[in-house]
Amino acid sequence: MGEKILMKGAEALGEAAIKAGCRFFFGYPITPQNEVPEYMSKRLPKEGGVFLQAESEVAAINMVYGAAGAGARVMTSSSSPGISLKMEGISYIAGAKLPCVIVNIVRGGPGLGGIQPAQSDYFQATKGGGHGDYRMIVLAPSSVQEMVDLMGDAFDLADLYRMPTMILGDGMLGQMMEPVEFKERKPIALPPKDWATTGKKGRGKQNIINSLFLIAEECEEHNFELKKRYNEIEKNEVKFESYNMEDADVAIIAYGTTARIVKTAIKRAESKGMKVGLIRPITLWPFPEKVIAAAAEKVKAFLTVEMSTGQMVEDVRLAVNGQKPVYFYGRTGGMVPSPEEMVAEVEKILG
Amino acid sequence: MKKVFERPKSLTDVPFSYCPGCTHGIAHRLVAEVIDELGIQERTIGIAPVGCSVLCYDFFDVDMQEAAHGRAPAVATGIKRVHPDSIVFSYQGDGDLASIGTAEIVHAANRGEKITVIFINNAIYGMTGGQMAPTTLPGQKTTTSPYGRDTEACGYPIRISEMLSTLDGPAYIARASLHDPQNIVKAKSAIRKAFQAQVDGLGFSLVELLSTCPTNWGMTPVESLKWLEDNMIPRYPLGEYKVIEGVK
Repeated sequence: MGEKILMKGAEALGEAAIKAGCRFFFGYPITPQNEVPEYMSKRLPKEGGVFLQAESEVAAINMVYGAAGAGARVMTSSSSPGISLKMEGISYIAGAKLPCVIVNIVRGGPGLGGIQPAQSDYFQATKGGGHGDYRMIVLAPSSVQEMVDLMGDAFDLADLYRMPTMILGDGMLGQMMEPVEFKERKPIALPPKDWATTGKKGRGKQNIINSLFLIAEECEEHNFELKKRYNEIEKNEVKFESYNMEDADVAIIAYGTTARIVKTAIKRAESKGMKVGLIRPITLWPFPEKVIAAAAEKVKAFLTVEMSTGQMVEDVRLAVNGQKPVYFYGRTGGMVPSPEEMVAEVEKILG
Repeated sequence: MKKVFERPKSLTDVPFSYCPGCTHGIAHRLVAEVIDELGIQERTIGIAPVGCSVLCYDFFDVDMQEAAHGRAPAVATGIKRVHPDSIVFSYQGDGDLASIGTAEIVHAANRGEKITVIFINNAIYGMTGGQMAPTTLPGQKTTTSPYGRDTEACGYPIRISEMLSTLDGPAYIARASLHDPQNIVKAKSAIRKAFQAQVDGLGFSLVELLSTCPTNWGMTPVESLKWLEDNMIPRYPLGEYKVIEGVK
Protein backbone atom coordinates (compact mmCIF):
# COMPACT_ATOMS: atom_id res chain seq x y z
CA MET A 1 0.00 0.00 0.00
CA GLY A 2 1.28 3.41 -0.90
CA GLU A 3 0.82 6.55 1.13
CA LYS A 4 -2.67 8.05 1.26
CA ILE A 5 -2.94 11.81 1.11
CA LEU A 6 -5.94 14.06 1.42
CA MET A 7 -6.49 15.94 -1.83
CA LYS A 8 -9.13 17.99 -3.58
CA GLY A 9 -10.48 16.21 -6.67
CA ALA A 10 -9.37 18.82 -9.17
CA GLU A 11 -5.84 18.92 -7.78
CA ALA A 12 -5.61 15.13 -7.60
CA LEU A 13 -6.59 15.11 -11.27
CA GLY A 14 -3.68 17.41 -12.11
CA GLU A 15 -1.19 15.41 -10.08
CA ALA A 16 -2.39 12.16 -11.65
CA ALA A 17 -1.86 13.62 -15.11
CA ILE A 18 1.70 14.63 -14.24
CA LYS A 19 2.33 11.16 -12.82
CA ALA A 20 1.00 9.75 -16.12
CA GLY A 21 3.70 11.68 -17.98
CA CYS A 22 1.67 14.70 -19.06
CA ARG A 23 4.01 17.68 -19.36
CA PHE A 24 1.84 20.06 -21.39
CA PHE A 25 -1.36 21.73 -20.28
CA PHE A 26 -3.31 24.38 -22.19
CA GLY A 27 -6.44 25.79 -20.63
CA TYR A 28 -8.70 28.72 -19.94
CA PRO A 29 -10.33 29.60 -16.62
CA ILE A 30 -13.92 28.50 -16.05
CA THR A 31 -15.76 27.54 -12.86
CA PRO A 32 -15.93 24.88 -11.39
CA GLN A 33 -12.58 23.50 -12.57
CA ASN A 34 -10.16 26.37 -11.97
CA GLU A 35 -8.17 24.33 -9.47
CA VAL A 36 -6.94 22.12 -12.34
CA PRO A 37 -5.17 24.88 -14.32
CA GLU A 38 -4.07 26.55 -11.08
CA TYR A 39 -2.49 23.32 -9.89
CA MET A 40 -0.85 22.71 -13.26
CA SER A 41 0.54 26.25 -13.36
CA LYS A 42 2.22 25.57 -10.02
CA ARG A 43 3.49 22.05 -10.71
CA LEU A 44 4.33 21.78 -14.42
CA PRO A 45 7.21 24.28 -14.55
CA LYS A 46 8.85 22.30 -11.74
CA GLU A 47 8.58 19.13 -13.81
CA GLY A 48 10.14 20.71 -16.89
CA GLY A 49 6.73 21.00 -18.49
CA VAL A 50 4.65 23.81 -19.92
CA PHE A 51 1.51 25.38 -18.52
CA LEU A 52 -0.04 27.96 -20.79
CA GLN A 53 -3.21 29.94 -20.15
CA ALA A 54 -4.65 30.36 -23.63
CA GLU A 55 -6.69 33.33 -24.85
CA SER A 56 -9.79 31.13 -25.17
CA GLU A 57 -10.95 27.54 -24.99
CA VAL A 58 -10.82 27.51 -28.78
CA ALA A 59 -7.14 28.44 -28.73
CA ALA A 60 -6.43 26.03 -25.86
CA ILE A 61 -7.77 22.97 -27.67
CA ASN A 62 -5.87 23.96 -30.82
CA MET A 63 -2.68 24.22 -28.78
CA VAL A 64 -3.50 20.70 -27.58
CA TYR A 65 -3.88 19.69 -31.25
CA GLY A 66 -0.45 21.13 -32.05
CA ALA A 67 1.25 19.58 -29.04
CA ALA A 68 -0.43 16.19 -29.54
CA GLY A 69 0.58 16.24 -33.21
CA ALA A 70 4.11 17.03 -32.10
CA GLY A 71 4.07 13.82 -30.05
CA ALA A 72 3.51 15.06 -26.49
CA ARG A 73 1.26 13.77 -23.72
CA VAL A 74 -1.02 16.76 -23.40
CA MET A 75 -4.18 17.67 -21.53
CA THR A 76 -6.77 20.41 -21.25
CA SER A 77 -9.59 20.80 -18.80
CA SER A 78 -12.72 22.88 -18.83
CA SER A 79 -16.37 22.90 -17.87
CA SER A 80 -19.49 22.61 -20.03
CA PRO A 81 -19.65 25.99 -21.88
CA GLY A 82 -15.89 25.78 -22.40
CA ILE A 83 -16.16 22.24 -23.73
CA SER A 84 -18.73 23.44 -26.27
CA LEU A 85 -16.10 25.89 -27.53
CA LYS A 86 -13.53 23.11 -27.71
CA MET A 87 -15.75 20.91 -29.84
CA GLU A 88 -14.33 22.21 -33.12
CA GLY A 89 -10.83 21.28 -32.02
CA ILE A 90 -11.92 17.94 -30.60
CA SER A 91 -13.42 16.99 -33.97
CA TYR A 92 -10.12 17.91 -35.68
CA ILE A 93 -8.15 15.94 -33.08
CA ALA A 94 -10.37 12.90 -33.65
CA GLY A 95 -10.14 13.36 -37.43
CA ALA A 96 -6.36 13.70 -37.38
CA LYS A 97 -6.05 10.65 -35.09
CA LEU A 98 -4.28 12.45 -32.26
CA PRO A 99 -4.11 11.31 -28.65
CA CYS A 100 -4.94 13.73 -25.83
CA VAL A 101 -6.90 13.93 -22.61
CA ILE A 102 -9.77 16.37 -22.12
CA VAL A 103 -11.38 16.86 -18.72
CA ASN A 104 -14.95 18.11 -18.48
CA ILE A 105 -16.05 19.06 -14.97
CA VAL A 106 -19.69 19.31 -15.94
CA ARG A 107 -21.93 22.12 -14.69
CA GLY A 108 -25.59 22.88 -15.28
CA GLY A 109 -26.67 24.08 -18.72
CA PRO A 110 -27.77 24.89 -21.36
CA GLY A 111 -26.12 28.20 -22.20
CA LEU A 112 -24.36 29.76 -19.26
CA GLY A 113 -26.45 27.49 -17.03
CA GLY A 114 -25.08 27.36 -13.50
CA ILE A 115 -21.92 26.34 -11.72
CA GLN A 116 -23.30 23.44 -9.70
CA PRO A 117 -22.64 19.78 -10.59
CA ALA A 118 -24.54 18.23 -13.48
CA GLN A 119 -24.45 15.31 -15.92
CA SER A 120 -26.15 17.07 -18.78
CA ASP A 121 -23.18 16.83 -21.18
CA TYR A 122 -23.56 13.06 -21.65
CA PHE A 123 -24.86 13.35 -25.21
CA GLN A 124 -22.12 15.82 -26.14
CA ALA A 125 -19.41 13.58 -24.72
CA THR A 126 -20.59 10.19 -25.96
CA LYS A 127 -22.33 10.94 -29.25
CA GLY A 128 -19.62 12.98 -30.91
CA GLY A 129 -20.40 16.52 -29.81
CA GLY A 130 -18.45 18.11 -32.61
CA HIS A 131 -19.10 17.58 -36.31
CA GLY A 132 -18.45 14.36 -38.15
CA ASP A 133 -18.59 10.63 -37.53
CA TYR A 134 -16.28 10.23 -34.55
CA ARG A 135 -16.15 8.97 -31.00
CA MET A 136 -14.18 9.78 -27.88
CA ILE A 137 -13.38 7.35 -25.13
CA VAL A 138 -15.31 8.74 -22.13
CA LEU A 139 -14.35 7.78 -18.58
CA ALA A 140 -16.63 8.62 -15.67
CA PRO A 141 -15.03 8.36 -12.22
CA SER A 142 -17.16 8.36 -9.08
CA SER A 143 -14.51 9.14 -6.48
CA VAL A 144 -11.32 11.15 -6.23
CA GLN A 145 -9.36 7.90 -6.07
CA GLU A 146 -11.00 6.62 -9.23
CA MET A 147 -10.34 9.94 -10.96
CA VAL A 148 -6.65 9.46 -10.20
CA ASP A 149 -6.65 5.83 -11.33
CA LEU A 150 -8.52 6.61 -14.55
CA MET A 151 -6.14 9.41 -15.51
CA GLY A 152 -3.38 6.91 -16.22
CA ASP A 153 -5.83 4.81 -18.24
CA ALA A 154 -6.96 7.90 -20.14
CA PHE A 155 -3.47 8.71 -21.41
CA ASP A 156 -2.70 5.07 -22.21
CA LEU A 157 -5.96 4.56 -24.10
CA ALA A 158 -5.47 7.82 -26.00
CA ASP A 159 -1.97 6.74 -27.07
CA LEU A 160 -2.98 3.16 -27.78
CA TYR A 161 -5.89 4.08 -30.07
CA ARG A 162 -4.64 7.52 -31.20
CA MET A 163 -7.78 9.37 -30.21
CA PRO A 164 -9.07 11.93 -27.73
CA THR A 165 -10.12 10.57 -24.35
CA MET A 166 -12.42 12.49 -22.05
CA ILE A 167 -12.71 12.33 -18.29
CA LEU A 168 -16.27 13.32 -17.50
CA GLY A 169 -16.60 14.51 -13.92
CA ASP A 170 -18.78 17.04 -12.22
CA GLY A 171 -18.35 19.94 -9.84
CA MET A 172 -18.94 17.68 -6.84
CA LEU A 173 -16.03 15.36 -7.72
CA GLY A 174 -13.79 18.30 -8.59
CA GLN A 175 -14.41 20.07 -5.30
CA MET A 176 -14.55 17.23 -2.76
CA MET A 177 -11.53 16.21 -0.71
CA GLU A 178 -10.79 12.54 -0.24
CA PRO A 179 -7.78 10.45 0.69
CA VAL A 180 -6.02 9.24 -2.45
CA GLU A 181 -3.17 6.94 -3.23
CA PHE A 182 -1.08 7.36 -6.37
CA LYS A 183 -0.54 3.74 -7.28
CA GLU A 184 2.42 2.53 -9.28
CA ARG A 185 1.10 1.76 -12.77
CA LYS A 186 2.32 -1.15 -14.80
CA PRO A 187 3.49 0.33 -18.10
CA ILE A 188 1.70 -1.12 -21.11
CA ALA A 189 3.19 -1.53 -24.58
CA LEU A 190 2.28 1.52 -26.64
CA PRO A 191 2.91 2.05 -30.34
CA PRO A 192 5.74 4.48 -31.17
CA LYS A 193 4.66 7.98 -32.18
CA ASP A 194 6.53 7.77 -35.47
CA TRP A 195 3.82 9.91 -37.07
CA ALA A 196 4.54 12.99 -34.94
CA THR A 197 5.76 16.30 -36.36
CA THR A 198 9.21 16.68 -34.89
CA GLY A 199 10.96 18.14 -37.92
CA LYS A 200 12.06 15.53 -40.48
CA LYS A 201 15.45 15.15 -38.75
CA GLY A 202 16.84 12.99 -41.55
CA ARG A 203 13.70 10.82 -41.71
CA GLY A 204 13.30 11.56 -45.44
CA LYS A 205 9.52 11.24 -45.50
CA GLN A 206 7.35 14.14 -44.29
CA ASN A 207 5.02 13.63 -41.35
CA ILE A 208 1.69 15.35 -41.96
CA ILE A 209 -1.05 15.76 -39.35
CA ASN A 210 -4.29 16.26 -41.21
CA SER A 211 -8.01 15.53 -41.36
CA LEU A 212 -8.68 16.76 -44.91
CA PHE A 213 -9.71 14.24 -47.56
CA LEU A 214 -11.10 16.03 -50.61
CA ILE A 215 -11.75 12.84 -52.53
CA ALA A 216 -14.97 11.26 -51.23
CA GLU A 217 -13.64 7.70 -51.59
CA GLU A 218 -10.62 8.58 -49.46
CA CYS A 219 -12.73 10.40 -46.87
CA GLU A 220 -14.99 7.37 -46.60
CA GLU A 221 -11.99 5.08 -46.28
CA HIS A 222 -10.66 7.32 -43.48
CA ASN A 223 -14.01 7.10 -41.68
CA PHE A 224 -14.08 3.32 -42.06
CA GLU A 225 -10.62 3.13 -40.58
CA LEU A 226 -11.74 5.20 -37.59
CA LYS A 227 -14.83 3.01 -37.24
CA LYS A 228 -12.66 -0.11 -37.21
CA ARG A 229 -10.75 1.38 -34.30
CA TYR A 230 -14.00 2.23 -32.51
CA ASN A 231 -15.25 -1.34 -32.95
CA GLU A 232 -12.06 -2.63 -31.38
CA ILE A 233 -12.52 -0.28 -28.42
CA GLU A 234 -16.12 -1.40 -27.97
CA LYS A 235 -14.82 -4.98 -27.86
CA ASN A 236 -11.87 -4.43 -25.53
CA GLU A 237 -12.27 -1.41 -23.31
CA VAL A 238 -15.71 -1.53 -21.68
CA LYS A 239 -15.49 -0.90 -17.93
CA PHE A 240 -18.26 -0.99 -15.34
CA GLU A 241 -18.93 -1.76 -11.72
CA SER A 242 -21.61 -4.21 -10.74
CA TYR A 243 -22.89 -3.75 -7.18
CA ASN A 244 -25.43 -5.82 -5.27
CA MET A 245 -26.76 -7.24 -8.54
CA GLU A 246 -26.87 -10.94 -7.46
CA ASP A 247 -30.57 -11.12 -6.64
CA ALA A 248 -31.68 -7.57 -7.45
CA ASP A 249 -35.24 -6.95 -8.58
CA VAL A 250 -34.46 -3.44 -9.75
CA ALA A 251 -31.16 -2.47 -11.40
CA ILE A 252 -30.26 1.17 -11.11
CA ILE A 253 -28.00 2.45 -13.86
CA ALA A 254 -26.03 5.54 -12.82
CA TYR A 255 -22.53 6.93 -13.21
CA GLY A 256 -20.19 9.33 -11.44
CA THR A 257 -21.40 11.22 -8.39
CA THR A 258 -24.96 9.96 -8.88
CA ALA A 259 -23.79 6.34 -8.61
CA ARG A 260 -22.31 7.04 -5.17
CA ILE A 261 -25.63 8.34 -3.95
CA VAL A 262 -27.31 5.26 -5.44
CA LYS A 263 -25.22 3.05 -3.13
CA THR A 264 -26.64 4.84 -0.11
CA ALA A 265 -30.12 4.51 -1.59
CA ILE A 266 -29.61 0.78 -2.09
CA LYS A 267 -28.83 0.30 1.62
CA ARG A 268 -31.95 2.23 2.60
CA ALA A 269 -34.07 0.26 0.13
CA GLU A 270 -32.67 -2.97 1.55
CA SER A 271 -33.74 -1.96 5.05
CA LYS A 272 -37.23 -1.58 3.61
CA GLY A 273 -37.02 -5.09 2.13
CA MET A 274 -36.39 -4.11 -1.51
CA LYS A 275 -33.67 -5.80 -3.53
CA VAL A 276 -31.88 -3.19 -5.57
CA GLY A 277 -28.56 -3.35 -7.43
CA LEU A 278 -26.38 -0.94 -9.36
CA ILE A 279 -24.65 -1.17 -12.69
CA ARG A 280 -22.27 1.75 -12.89
CA PRO A 281 -20.75 2.44 -16.32
CA ILE A 282 -17.13 3.56 -15.86
CA THR A 283 -16.69 3.91 -19.60
CA LEU A 284 -19.66 5.89 -20.92
CA TRP A 285 -18.30 5.25 -24.38
CA PRO A 286 -17.84 2.40 -25.02
CA PHE A 287 -21.11 1.82 -23.16
CA PRO A 288 -21.47 -1.41 -21.13
CA GLU A 289 -24.49 -2.56 -23.10
CA LYS A 290 -23.80 -6.30 -22.81
CA VAL A 291 -23.89 -6.39 -19.01
CA ILE A 292 -27.13 -4.38 -19.05
CA ALA A 293 -28.65 -6.67 -21.67
CA ALA A 294 -27.66 -9.69 -19.57
CA ALA A 295 -29.15 -8.13 -16.44
CA ALA A 296 -32.43 -7.66 -18.30
CA GLU A 297 -32.88 -11.42 -18.16
CA LYS A 298 -32.87 -11.36 -14.35
CA VAL A 299 -34.26 -8.09 -13.00
CA LYS A 300 -37.86 -6.92 -13.06
CA ALA A 301 -37.07 -3.36 -14.13
CA PHE A 302 -34.36 -0.77 -14.65
CA LEU A 303 -34.15 2.70 -13.17
CA THR A 304 -31.71 5.15 -14.72
CA VAL A 305 -30.78 8.04 -12.45
CA GLU A 306 -28.93 11.03 -13.83
CA MET A 307 -28.27 14.65 -13.08
CA SER A 308 -29.99 15.54 -16.34
CA THR A 309 -33.47 15.28 -17.80
CA GLY A 310 -32.57 11.95 -19.36
CA GLN A 311 -29.59 11.32 -21.62
CA MET A 312 -27.84 8.06 -20.70
CA VAL A 313 -31.28 6.51 -20.33
CA GLU A 314 -31.46 6.33 -24.14
CA ASP A 315 -28.41 4.05 -24.20
CA VAL A 316 -29.90 1.98 -21.39
CA ARG A 317 -33.11 1.54 -23.41
CA LEU A 318 -31.09 0.49 -26.46
CA ALA A 319 -29.22 -2.06 -24.36
CA VAL A 320 -32.36 -3.41 -22.66
CA ASN A 321 -34.03 -3.51 -26.06
CA GLY A 322 -37.56 -3.75 -24.73
CA GLN A 323 -36.92 -6.84 -22.57
CA LYS A 324 -37.92 -5.03 -19.35
CA PRO A 325 -39.30 -1.61 -18.47
CA VAL A 326 -36.76 1.20 -18.13
CA TYR A 327 -37.68 4.04 -15.79
CA PHE A 328 -35.94 7.34 -15.39
CA TYR A 329 -35.38 9.72 -12.52
CA GLY A 330 -33.33 12.89 -12.87
CA ARG A 331 -32.54 16.17 -11.20
CA THR A 332 -30.81 18.81 -13.26
CA GLY A 333 -29.45 22.35 -13.46
CA GLY A 334 -27.14 21.71 -10.50
CA MET A 335 -29.64 19.85 -8.32
CA VAL A 336 -28.43 16.52 -6.92
CA PRO A 337 -30.85 13.61 -6.43
CA SER A 338 -31.12 12.40 -2.82
CA PRO A 339 -31.15 8.76 -1.67
CA GLU A 340 -34.73 9.29 -0.40
CA GLU A 341 -35.89 10.39 -3.85
CA MET A 342 -34.27 7.32 -5.39
CA VAL A 343 -35.84 4.95 -2.85
CA ALA A 344 -39.22 6.54 -3.53
CA GLU A 345 -38.76 5.86 -7.26
CA VAL A 346 -37.89 2.21 -6.58
CA GLU A 347 -40.96 1.90 -4.35
CA LYS A 348 -43.12 3.24 -7.18
CA ILE A 349 -41.64 0.69 -9.60
CA LEU A 350 -42.10 -2.28 -7.26
CA GLY A 351 -45.48 -0.76 -6.32
CA MET B 1 27.74 23.41 -66.72
CA LYS B 2 26.83 25.28 -63.53
CA LYS B 3 23.24 24.99 -62.40
CA VAL B 4 21.91 28.49 -61.70
CA PHE B 5 18.26 27.75 -60.96
CA GLU B 6 16.55 24.76 -59.42
CA ARG B 7 13.62 23.74 -57.29
CA PRO B 8 14.28 24.52 -53.62
CA LYS B 9 14.92 21.40 -51.57
CA SER B 10 12.15 22.44 -49.20
CA LEU B 11 9.52 22.11 -51.93
CA THR B 12 8.23 18.67 -52.91
CA ASP B 13 7.91 17.83 -56.61
CA VAL B 14 4.11 18.04 -56.41
CA PRO B 15 2.85 20.66 -58.91
CA PHE B 16 1.11 23.63 -57.27
CA SER B 17 -2.67 23.53 -57.51
CA TYR B 18 -3.04 27.32 -57.63
CA CYS B 19 -4.80 29.25 -60.41
CA PRO B 20 -2.70 30.75 -63.20
CA GLY B 21 -1.32 34.13 -62.14
CA CYS B 22 -1.90 33.57 -58.41
CA THR B 23 1.09 34.69 -56.33
CA HIS B 24 0.86 31.81 -53.80
CA GLY B 25 3.42 29.96 -55.90
CA ILE B 26 5.92 32.81 -55.56
CA ALA B 27 5.32 33.05 -51.82
CA HIS B 28 5.79 29.28 -51.41
CA ARG B 29 9.03 29.40 -53.36
CA LEU B 30 10.41 32.31 -51.32
CA VAL B 31 9.63 30.54 -48.04
CA ALA B 32 11.24 27.33 -49.30
CA GLU B 33 14.34 29.17 -50.54
CA VAL B 34 14.75 30.83 -47.14
CA ILE B 35 14.35 27.50 -45.31
CA ASP B 36 17.03 26.03 -47.62
CA GLU B 37 19.39 28.96 -47.21
CA LEU B 38 19.13 28.92 -43.42
CA GLY B 39 19.70 25.15 -43.43
CA ILE B 40 16.66 24.48 -41.23
CA GLN B 41 14.59 22.12 -43.39
CA GLU B 42 15.12 19.12 -41.12
CA ARG B 43 13.91 20.96 -38.02
CA THR B 44 11.13 23.03 -39.55
CA ILE B 45 7.45 22.30 -38.88
CA GLY B 46 4.82 24.16 -40.88
CA ILE B 47 1.12 24.79 -40.29
CA ALA B 48 -1.30 24.89 -43.20
CA PRO B 49 -4.41 27.07 -42.95
CA VAL B 50 -7.92 26.75 -44.30
CA GLY B 51 -8.11 28.61 -47.58
CA CYS B 52 -6.50 28.26 -50.99
CA SER B 53 -3.24 27.14 -49.40
CA VAL B 54 -4.99 24.41 -47.40
CA LEU B 55 -2.99 21.82 -49.33
CA CYS B 56 0.39 23.50 -48.80
CA TYR B 57 1.49 20.48 -46.75
CA ASP B 58 1.71 18.75 -50.13
CA PHE B 59 4.12 21.42 -51.41
CA PHE B 60 6.45 22.23 -48.49
CA ASP B 61 8.82 19.34 -47.91
CA VAL B 62 8.86 19.68 -44.13
CA ASP B 63 6.75 18.17 -41.35
CA MET B 64 3.34 19.85 -41.45
CA GLN B 65 0.12 20.10 -39.47
CA GLU B 66 -3.18 21.17 -40.98
CA ALA B 67 -5.04 23.60 -38.70
CA ALA B 68 -8.69 24.50 -38.33
CA HIS B 69 -9.70 27.83 -39.90
CA GLY B 70 -7.83 30.65 -38.16
CA ARG B 71 -6.27 28.46 -35.46
CA ALA B 72 -2.79 28.09 -36.97
CA PRO B 73 -1.06 30.36 -34.41
CA ALA B 74 -2.52 28.28 -31.55
CA VAL B 75 -1.45 25.04 -33.25
CA ALA B 76 2.00 26.57 -33.84
CA THR B 77 2.16 27.48 -30.16
CA GLY B 78 1.46 23.89 -29.12
CA ILE B 79 4.16 22.54 -31.46
CA LYS B 80 6.78 25.13 -30.55
CA ARG B 81 6.28 24.57 -26.81
CA VAL B 82 6.82 20.83 -27.30
CA HIS B 83 9.82 21.27 -29.62
CA PRO B 84 11.43 24.60 -28.65
CA ASP B 85 14.44 23.86 -30.89
CA SER B 86 12.33 23.45 -34.00
CA ILE B 87 11.46 26.25 -36.42
CA VAL B 88 7.70 26.62 -36.63
CA PHE B 89 5.89 28.66 -39.24
CA SER B 90 2.27 29.16 -40.20
CA TYR B 91 1.09 30.13 -43.67
CA GLN B 92 -2.27 31.90 -43.55
CA GLY B 93 -4.56 33.91 -45.78
CA ASP B 94 -6.51 37.04 -44.89
CA GLY B 95 -9.80 35.28 -44.11
CA ASP B 96 -7.97 32.81 -41.91
CA LEU B 97 -5.73 35.27 -40.08
CA ALA B 98 -7.50 38.62 -40.21
CA SER B 99 -11.09 37.45 -39.73
CA ILE B 100 -11.81 34.15 -38.00
CA GLY B 101 -8.33 33.89 -36.47
CA THR B 102 -7.85 37.38 -35.03
CA ALA B 103 -7.80 36.22 -31.40
CA GLU B 104 -5.19 33.55 -32.10
CA ILE B 105 -2.86 35.81 -34.09
CA VAL B 106 -3.09 38.73 -31.64
CA HIS B 107 -2.30 36.57 -28.63
CA ALA B 108 0.44 34.53 -30.28
CA ALA B 109 2.07 37.83 -31.27
CA ASN B 110 1.50 39.30 -27.83
CA ARG B 111 3.06 36.30 -26.09
CA GLY B 112 6.09 36.76 -28.30
CA GLU B 113 5.57 33.17 -29.37
CA LYS B 114 8.75 32.20 -31.19
CA ILE B 115 7.07 31.35 -34.46
CA THR B 116 7.04 32.89 -37.95
CA VAL B 117 3.81 33.77 -39.73
CA ILE B 118 3.52 34.21 -43.49
CA PHE B 119 0.37 36.22 -44.05
CA ILE B 120 -1.06 36.32 -47.57
CA ASN B 121 -3.25 39.39 -48.11
CA ASN B 122 -5.11 39.31 -51.41
CA ALA B 123 -8.16 41.28 -50.23
CA ILE B 124 -10.60 38.43 -50.90
CA TYR B 125 -11.65 34.89 -49.92
CA GLY B 126 -10.16 32.77 -52.68
CA MET B 127 -11.09 29.15 -52.06
CA THR B 128 -14.73 29.73 -51.20
CA GLY B 129 -15.24 31.71 -54.39
CA GLY B 130 -14.43 35.37 -53.97
CA GLN B 131 -16.34 36.60 -50.92
CA MET B 132 -15.53 39.82 -49.05
CA ALA B 133 -12.56 39.60 -46.71
CA PRO B 134 -11.75 41.92 -43.78
CA THR B 135 -8.97 43.18 -46.07
CA THR B 136 -11.26 43.89 -49.05
CA LEU B 137 -10.87 47.51 -50.19
CA PRO B 138 -13.69 50.07 -49.91
CA GLY B 139 -15.83 49.83 -53.02
CA GLN B 140 -14.25 46.54 -54.09
CA LYS B 141 -16.80 44.16 -55.59
CA THR B 142 -16.89 40.59 -54.30
CA THR B 143 -19.56 37.89 -54.33
CA THR B 144 -20.81 39.06 -50.92
CA SER B 145 -20.31 42.77 -51.62
CA PRO B 146 -21.77 42.83 -55.14
CA TYR B 147 -22.26 46.62 -55.03
CA GLY B 148 -18.78 47.20 -53.70
CA ARG B 149 -17.63 47.13 -50.05
CA ASP B 150 -19.76 49.62 -48.19
CA THR B 151 -17.70 50.88 -45.27
CA GLU B 152 -20.84 52.14 -43.53
CA ALA B 153 -22.14 48.58 -43.26
CA CYS B 154 -18.92 46.52 -43.34
CA GLY B 155 -16.23 48.72 -41.88
CA TYR B 156 -12.78 49.28 -43.29
CA PRO B 157 -9.89 47.12 -44.45
CA ILE B 158 -7.99 45.86 -41.42
CA ARG B 159 -4.25 46.62 -41.28
CA ILE B 160 -2.76 43.64 -39.50
CA SER B 161 0.93 44.58 -39.67
CA GLU B 162 0.31 48.04 -38.21
CA MET B 163 -1.98 46.62 -35.52
CA LEU B 164 0.36 43.85 -34.37
CA SER B 165 3.38 46.14 -34.37
CA THR B 166 1.85 48.08 -31.45
CA LEU B 167 2.40 44.99 -29.26
CA ASP B 168 5.55 44.30 -27.25
CA GLY B 169 5.80 40.60 -28.18
CA PRO B 170 6.76 40.74 -31.86
CA ALA B 171 10.43 40.88 -32.90
CA TYR B 172 9.89 41.51 -36.59
CA ILE B 173 6.85 42.59 -38.63
CA ALA B 174 6.98 43.69 -42.26
CA ARG B 175 4.68 44.11 -45.24
CA ALA B 176 5.99 43.36 -48.72
CA SER B 177 4.40 42.84 -52.12
CA LEU B 178 4.71 40.20 -54.80
CA HIS B 179 3.68 42.31 -57.80
CA ASP B 180 7.07 42.78 -59.48
CA PRO B 181 10.61 41.34 -59.35
CA GLN B 182 12.05 44.18 -57.29
CA ASN B 183 9.38 43.75 -54.63
CA ILE B 184 9.72 39.97 -54.71
CA VAL B 185 13.40 40.39 -53.83
CA LYS B 186 12.39 42.67 -50.94
CA ALA B 187 9.75 40.17 -49.85
CA LYS B 188 12.35 37.44 -49.71
CA SER B 189 14.62 39.60 -47.61
CA ALA B 190 11.75 40.20 -45.15
CA ILE B 191 10.92 36.47 -45.00
CA ARG B 192 14.54 35.74 -44.35
CA LYS B 193 14.71 38.25 -41.51
CA ALA B 194 11.53 36.80 -40.03
CA PHE B 195 12.88 33.24 -40.00
CA GLN B 196 16.29 34.41 -38.81
CA ALA B 197 14.60 36.19 -35.88
CA GLN B 198 13.08 32.86 -34.87
CA VAL B 199 16.36 30.99 -35.35
CA ASP B 200 17.94 33.58 -33.04
CA GLY B 201 15.13 33.12 -30.50
CA LEU B 202 14.12 36.79 -30.62
CA GLY B 203 10.34 36.40 -30.61
CA PHE B 204 7.31 36.45 -32.87
CA SER B 205 7.78 37.38 -36.53
CA LEU B 206 5.29 38.02 -39.32
CA VAL B 207 5.56 38.98 -42.98
CA GLU B 208 2.44 40.20 -44.73
CA LEU B 209 2.61 39.60 -48.47
CA LEU B 210 0.30 41.59 -50.75
CA SER B 211 -0.88 39.05 -53.29
CA THR B 212 -3.15 38.72 -56.27
CA CYS B 213 -6.26 36.64 -56.97
CA PRO B 214 -6.89 37.01 -60.71
CA THR B 215 -9.66 34.38 -60.71
CA ASN B 216 -11.82 36.05 -58.07
CA TRP B 217 -10.83 39.60 -58.93
CA GLY B 218 -12.01 38.84 -62.48
CA MET B 219 -8.81 40.08 -64.10
CA THR B 220 -5.95 38.72 -66.13
CA PRO B 221 -2.77 37.98 -64.18
CA VAL B 222 -1.11 41.11 -65.61
CA GLU B 223 -4.12 43.33 -64.79
CA SER B 224 -4.08 41.88 -61.28
CA LEU B 225 -0.46 42.88 -60.67
CA LYS B 226 -1.27 46.40 -61.79
CA TRP B 227 -4.43 46.52 -59.66
CA LEU B 228 -2.47 45.43 -56.61
CA GLU B 229 0.13 48.13 -57.19
CA ASP B 230 -2.40 50.89 -57.83
CA ASN B 231 -5.02 50.02 -55.22
CA MET B 232 -3.61 47.83 -52.47
CA ILE B 233 -0.28 49.50 -51.81
CA PRO B 234 -1.82 52.93 -51.06
CA ARG B 235 -4.11 51.22 -48.52
CA TYR B 236 -1.43 48.84 -47.23
CA PRO B 237 1.91 50.72 -47.24
CA LEU B 238 4.98 48.53 -47.66
CA GLY B 239 7.83 48.46 -45.21
CA GLU B 240 9.09 47.16 -41.90
CA TYR B 241 6.75 47.92 -39.00
CA LYS B 242 8.64 46.35 -36.15
CA VAL B 243 12.33 45.51 -35.99
CA ILE B 244 13.69 44.91 -32.52
CA GLU B 245 17.36 45.04 -31.71
CA GLY B 246 19.20 41.97 -32.87
CA VAL B 247 17.08 41.28 -35.97
CA LYS B 248 19.33 40.77 -38.96
